[in-house]
Amino acid sequence: MKPAPFRYARPHTLADAVELLSAGDTDVKILAGGQSLVPMLNLRLLRPAVVVDLNGVPGLDRIAPDPAGGLTIGALVRHAELMAAPLVVERAPLLAEAARHIGHPAIRHRGTLGGSLAHADPAAELPAALVALDARFVLQGRKGTRTVLATEFFQGLLTTALGPDEILVEVQVPRQGPGWGFAEVVRRSGDFALAGVIAVVRGKPGPAVRCDFARLVGFGVGDRPVRFRAAEDILTSEHAELSIARAAAAVTCDPPDDVHASADYRRHLARVLAEDVLGQALERSGARRRP
Amino acid sequence: MIEPAERLAIRFTVNGREVAREVTARRSLADFLREDLMLTGTHVGCEHGVCGACTVLVEGRSARSCLLFAVQLDGATVTTIEGLTPPEGLSPLQQAFCHTHAMQCGFCTPGMIVVTTELLEKNPAPTTDEIRESLAGQLCMCTGYVNIVRAVEQAAATARNATGEAA
Repeated sequence: MKPAPFRYARPHTLADAVELLSAGDTDVKILAGGQSLVPMLNLRLLRPAVVVDLNGVPGLDRIAPDPAGGLTIGALVRHAELMAAPLVVERAPLLAEAARHIGHPAIRHRGTLGGSLAHADPAAELPAALVALDARFVLQGRKGTRTVLATEFFQGLLTTALGPDEILVEVQVPRQGPGWGFAEVVRRSGDFALAGVIAVVRGKPGPAVRCDFARLVGFGVGDRPVRFRAAEDILTSEHAELSIARAAAAVTCDPPDDVHASADYRRHLARVLAEDVLGQALERSGARRRP
Repeated sequence: MIEPAERLAIRFTVNGREVAREVTARRSLADFLREDLMLTGTHVGCEHGVCGACTVLVEGRSARSCLLFAVQLDGATVTTIEGLTPPEGLSPLQQAFCHTHAMQCGFCTPGMIVVTTELLEKNPAPTTDEIRESLAGQLCMCTGYVNIVRAVEQAAATARNATGEAA
């Protein structure tokens, strides 16, 4: 239960951090909050030669408003900050809610946004929330920066678009709007979800409107955050409120089957939670009155 | 550029005392506290962030010391269960744990005290739900948690009464 020996560096600039990633052919891991990486090191599921600690690089823990009403969030922003920062609560309340469901206070004090995204656990809350928000991730590599859509960033189980010399430095979150919903089922408080669903909808308020934007994203139900596109299409092409049940019924996924829950049960949860979060989202957006 | 190293010199503050040591990169904060500094009040249970027994305060905020490497703490301030215990006797919260029999084997108790000290500092009058929420990341295999929750409630009530009397 002790990690294999490794070498450690704590660079003070992003350029140095990128340089350390691309120096030689040794196996390098980035340490941000360490709440996923260190258990894997302790269990020796990973044995990197070098660990590069990002915490010495200044400026990666900023949360800044952008002129279009969105947010730019640094990769080292801790979950505890995401939960409580007034800017996040005001402009991206879905993110604050998602962060609240991660682990326990001691985990949220250390765990970071960038770490959770780069780790890409398919049952994690933040990757799904950022897919639902159409966020963009800024990756810094040796040749400069590039921006990747959240949907394209997650490529499979613990697999992302990050190149070997790239660091996720920042997340750009568009203006969220009032229509969102979040629900998950966990066996114990703080666990990864057996299944969860997030909805983000936009449309003109009123009882008989269509959504002009709908995202319905599941987590814990596939090898990455899963967009339920058939359900999204129903939401944007039909009367919003009446379409909830049909959209939820159109949720399809291929969830894992393990000791915690069968694939069938997870699929069932995905549909039930979809209906729940769509109700929340339409209620918040004003398109549906509280029943 | 900084060269990665397997041994590094670190300097940080533990329970108000400055500590300077050389450590291997893979040394966890938990092992560093227990084996290098002989601060054995911090208990090591699962060593992968699940049980909460090794919880300490880093810059005043609870953190799992098994999920931190000592080298990461260079320049930081750490408080362990020893730092939360007065030189003589026990803190009011620790006393409340005794009075309510909030421990049996006592293995989880240091972590319980650390997180509930943090809770009471932020929130002197927590609800039962808030107490339970703060304990959710701390595993106890003996008590069933009921008396631990009672201890925190009692400590909070005692502190409020004391402030009331002083005012």
